[in-house]
Formats: sequence, C-alpha cells, structure tokens
Amino acid sequence: MLEIKDLHVAVEEDGTEILKGVNLKINKGEIHAIMGPNGSGKSTLSKAVAGHPAYEITSGDVLFEGESILELDPEERAHLGIFLAFQYPVEVPGVTNKTLLRQAYNTIAKEQGRDELDPLEFEDYVEERLQIVEMKKEFLDRSVNAGFSGGEKKRNEIFQMAVLNPKLSFLDETDSGLDIDALKIVAKGINQLADEDKAVCLVTHYQRILDYIVPDHVHVMLDGKIVKSGDKALAVKLEDEGYDWLTDLASVSVNGEPN
Amino acid sequence: MNGFFVPGVNSVKIQTFNSYGNYTFMSETQAMESMIGGEYKYGFTTDIEYEDFPKGINEEIIREISRRKNEPEWVTEFRLEAFEKWQELEEPDWANIEYPKPDFQDIQYYSSPKNKSGKKAESLDDIDPQIKETYDKLGIPLEEQKMLSGVAVDAVFDSESIFTTFKEKLAEAGVIFCSISEAIQDHPELVKKYMGSVVPKGDNFYAALNSAVFSDGSFCYVPKDTVCPMELSTYFRINNMQSGQFERTLIICEENSHVSYLEGCTAPMFSKTQMHAAVVELVALDNAEIKYSTIQNWYSGDDEGNGGIYNFVTKRGHCRGDNSKISWTQVETGSAITWKYPSVILAGDNSIGEFFSVAVTNKRQQADTGTKMIHVGKNTKSTIISKGISAGKSNNSYRGLVKISPRAENAQNYSVCDSMLIGQTCGAHTFPYIESANPTAKVEHEATTSRIGEDQIFYLQQRGMDEDDAISMVVNGFAKEVLKELPMEFAVEADKLLGIKLEGSVG
Repeated sequence: MLEIKDLHVAVEEDGTEILKGVNLKINKGEIHAIMGPNGSGKSTLSKAVAGHPAYEITSGDVLFEGESILELDPEERAHLGIFLAFQYPVEVPGVTNKTLLRQAYNTIAKEQGRDELDPLEFEDYVEERLQIVEMKKEFLDRSVNAGFSGGEKKRNEIFQMAVLNPKLSFLDETDSGLDIDALKIVAKGINQLADEDKAVCLVTHYQRILDYIVPDHVHVMLDGKIVKSGDKALAVKLEDEGYDWLTDLASVSVNGEPN
Repeated sequence: MNGFFVPGVNSVKIQTFNSYGNYTFMSETQAMESMIGGEYKYGFTTDIEYEDFPKGINEEIIREISRRKNEPEWVTEFRLEAFEKWQELEEPDWANIEYPKPDFQDIQYYSSPKNKSGKKAESLDDIDPQIKETYDKLGIPLEEQKMLSGVAVDAVFDSESIFTTFKEKLAEAGVIFCSISEAIQDHPELVKKYMGSVVPKGDNFYAALNSAVFSDGSFCYVPKDTVCPMELSTYFRINNMQSGQFERTLIICEENSHVSYLEGCTAPMFSKTQMHAAVVELVALDNAEIKYSTIQNWYSGDDEGNGGIYNFVTKRGHCRGDNSKISWTQVETGSAITWKYPSVILAGDNSIGEFFSVAVTNKRQQADTGTKMIHVGKNTKSTIISKGISAGKSNNSYRGLVKISPRAENAQNYSVCDSMLIGQTCGAHTFPYIESANPTAKVEHEATTSRIGEDQIFYLQQRGMDEDDAISMVVNGFAKEVLKELPMEFAVEADKLLGIKLEGSVG
C-alpha cells in the first residue's frame, strides 16, 4: 500500500535535514508502530507523507498503491485515502465538527466517485460512527477542537478517522495526553477500524498503547533513520531498556544532539 | 440558490430595475418580466431621458436637480441649506485611509438616466471575465447576470401576479414602500417630518454633500402596531443602482411596529462613478424594531486598487421611543475605500442598539468602519460585534465610539472586535473610543487578533478540502457570530461571497 524509498526531508525554511534516508513498506491489513525519542523525525515522516508544505522532499520517493504521491497537494493525498491524526489538532472556532466532517466526507466521496450524503443521511451515518469512540452527540455541534481538552482533541482525531474511513492512517502520538480509560476507548476504536483492507501506522513514544493495539511491525527511528525493525517484542525491549542500546546503530550525526 | 430569489417565508423578492421607464421584477420561481422601454406605471415622475448634465456643483446646479425632479420648494431649500453647510465643512482626514482627494467640481451630480438605447453592455461577453466568474460561483442565473451587468433583458415571463401580490400585501398592512422621490411627491408630510431628523443636513462633509445633491433611494413607513409582512429589500427598487451615487434612504417605524430591510447584493456592483456618498436614516418609535442588513460588494478595483469605488456613507438610527430597538448587520466586502459607521442614538429609555459587522479587505482595499452607540436614555443597551478580515496588501480598521451621557442611568455596552490576518502584508487596526459620563454605566470591550496559519490550512487540506475551501471555512467560522444575524436567504450567499473574496490569498 505504502512504500517509502530512501526518503530525505529537510525543513523548507532553513534547509535543516531531518529525515536522512527512510525506507518503509506498509501492506494492507498491517499495523505498524514507529517509535523513537523526541526529535528523531517520527512526526516529520508522517507530515511528509501527508504533504505538509513546511517540509521539502530533497530525495527519495513515497509511493501509494504503486504511484508516487510527491507531486500531489495535501488534499489530493487525502482523496486517495491517506489520513493523518495530528499530534496537535488545530482549532477552527465557529466551525462545528459536523460541518467540517460533512464537507470533508463529501469532498472525499466525490473525488473517489462515491455518493455524497445529504444532511439527514450524514446525520445518521455520523451518529453511528460516534459510537466507535464512545462520544456524545452534542460533540458534533461543538466548534472543531475549540476549548477541547487535550484528550478530547485526540479522541476527535480518531472520530474523524472513523467518519472518513481512510485506507492508510498515520496516528501521530495519538496516545499522548490520554488517560487510561480514554486510551482504552481510542485503542478499541482503532482496532475496530483497522481491517484487512486498511493499514495503520502508529507513531509513538511509549509502548503503552501497544498493550491494546498489537502491531505487526515495530520500527525504531533515531536521527532521521529507521535503525531497527522487529515485532512487538522490540517495543517491550525499548520500554525496558530505553533507546541507548540502539544509538550505535544510528549513523553518527556531526551536530546531533544526544537523545 | 441564486442571486436574488431564494425560497423563504415572506420573502418574495421582486426587483424593479433601472428606473426612468425601465423596470423588471422577478419571483423566486425565476419568473421575470421585462418591460424595457415601456412606460413606468408605478409612479416615477421622471421618465424622461437626460443625457447631458453639466459637471460640478453650485447653487444653480442644485436648483436644476430639484427642478428636474419636480420637487416642492421645501426640498429645494433643504438642498440649498445643505450645500451652504457643505461649503463650510472640510473633507475629513482622520480615518485610516489614503486616497487622492476627489475634485468635487469634476463630478456630475445628476446621473443621466439610461434606457435600452443607452450605452449598456450589449451582451455578457462585454463583461470583465473575472466578474463573470464571480457571478457563476455565486450561482446567479444567466438572466440575472445580464440584469446585474446592465445588459438589456428581453425575456418576458408572467410575474405580474407576484408583483401585484407584493403590492397588495404591503398596502393591506398599510406599509408605504417606495422611492424617496415618490415619497416626496406622495407623502410630503412624512418626509418633511423625518428627513434630516437623524442625520442633519450639515452633519458631516459627505452627509452635507448628499443632502445637497441626493439622487434617489428608498422610503419606508411602517404604521403603528404593524409587523411588516415581508422582508423589504432594495432588490425591490434596484433603480437605486442607476442613481446610487448619492443615495438617500429613510425608514420610519411607528409604535409597536417591526420591519426588516435588506440592502445590497452579493454580486459585484458597478458604477460609472467612483465616489459614493449615501445617507441612511432610521427612526424607531416606542416599542418599534428596525433590522437593517447590508451586503456591500461594490467594485474594489484591480489588483492595484485602481478604479475601485470610494464609499463614504453616513448611516444612523434613532431609537426615539422607549423600548425601541435598532439593529445594523453589515457584510462589507467591496469598494476600494470604505468609510462607514452605522450608528444608533439610544434616546428612548430601555432602548437597544446593535451592530454586527464583517469587513473583508483584500488586495489594496482600505476599510475604516465601525459604529457609534450614543446612550442617552436610561437602561439602554448596546452590543457591538465586529469581525475584520484582512488579506493581500489591504488595511482594515475598526473605529467605534461608545458614549454614555450623564442621564443614561444603568447603560450597558458589550463590544467585541476581532481581527483576522491572512498573509504578512496586510494591516488590522482597532480604534475603540469610550466616553462615559455616568458612573452607573457598564462598558465591556474585548479584542483579539489572530492569523490564519499554515497549520490551520494544512489541517483542513488533510481532511480533503482544497486551499480556497479551507480558507473559506476558517473565515466563515470566524465571522459566524455576525453571519447568523443575516436573514437566511442572505446568509448562504454571504458565506460564499467571503470565500470568493479571499480566494488564493494564502501562499
């Protein structure tokens, strides 16, 4: 489904290189977890896949279902079925969750050649999807993320994922800021959404969420590269031993800060 | 949804278009009748074509305007006194706008009426393609586009009955709704009593000029104990389009009455002349309520701001009676220069004044707009919600005065002024003035400034929207508190309009 080939990414503004040759392959039906300390490039990788304009692809390629997506605008990538749950969801005051979701849903449906839903049909659909993340109906009429707690914002991201039903979802630190009960609900929702035709990539610091969502593959990022891949056991080892034992595997960065 | 006619209870919209002999009206069913070249049988007295009228302003010119409009002596006097005051006044320069000062002797003060044989566009192909695109985006049907562009419309539909229904309905309720020229002829006692009673002839430079040379405008009188049975709109009287340079509107709402009035158009409006100076006066007596909504989308000029309209407007409401209420809602998106402060004088005890405003500036536009709430009566309340959105190289200023006079016990004001910036080259300013002479007054003022950021746009793009839709969504959310005050049929178009005005303004 997704293939990332020797991807190098720099900050558009000052040219600082963040990703230094990432290779990753995600097949449908798989759940991946990308772990790594702060500043290792995990978030940059997910933003680069989604097409954030602040990052420049200096070399390498990203293929989605066999086609390069590097020339596509962020919305075109969304139309293909790529979803990013944001680490810091953005507030849009005055725009209700329902308004945003209906426009998003219908835009994507239209691009994918599916039927758009009228307001009543959408109402029914969206209420059914709310149950996936156990959220109340009132939530639909609140402004997008405005005045939400950190946990509510994260949950709202998974709710959006549930409504838009993407093929590939990058979940950028969705677990941070969630208390244990919310984490369980979110994890349950993600498990429910991750079927054999879809793929999910969890980007996280902690293996905590992996107690509830069992990944098929775990990757460790250090200094802009994936330095080790393995299964669930790798995540457990990281939790116990930290990242230090892996630093030798990372190529030596001249200006690299100690992680 | 189309430019004029949207289904809605009590909102049969009919348009009289192009005075002086030509009019067209339409219904929500798209029916339309055009009697181009036909005789105007509903009462204009000036159906003769004048092609040449000398430029400049002096006593003789003013007498000539009055003579051609067949006005009674007291109106001529009104004009002449205003002219005298105008000569003593200086063009104001305190606003945060810059423009070359007009040469007032180079303006033609009596607009030559045109009919089919005049210099109108022959077809839509003559219209600026950008404007055409805007019409299309707003979803305005072709026939209406032609009308807005001043292209002669020959289509004839049967809508006589709708027009009649509308006339009958208003007459039944006793509501007078006509042009101010008609009102001067047919209801001189009302015009004489109220014209200039809210905005005196010498009030300010532009108001004085308007009082001297006003061309036409709307007149509305709602008698006692009457709820006007439909929303009145300038669409009923689009003739103002041809004579809009010095438009004058007067609305009187008697005791226990209610009226809602819509002014303007979401489609871009053109004018041959660059300078516009309108006056609007509202009078609300005991327990009366007037709601006045405007969408201003005059031509704002090219990318450098050349050729855009200068809009200098004096709008003022007088809550003359106890428990009366006047509410201004404006969506200002057009004009190169906007100088406009719809105000309310809260004279009656317990009266309420409201001002809801969205002002969008893009490219080189400059807007200095806001309100004045003058609290005179006891327990008077005012609310100001202003949302300024600046993009491009534009400059957007809010200027507002809240004045509490000594006898205004327990007056209350609540003001919110929010500014949103798009890009790095625009400006947003707020100039709030508060003068309180009564210690019991309660005045609250809140202001925020925000910027549409890359992250906000990216977030919405990631959810599938393109950049323009994303901007439109953020801006509409920002302006929602004001947009929800608009009558339903306007709100949807206003929504679209904001998006169109800001297209491509990020990145």
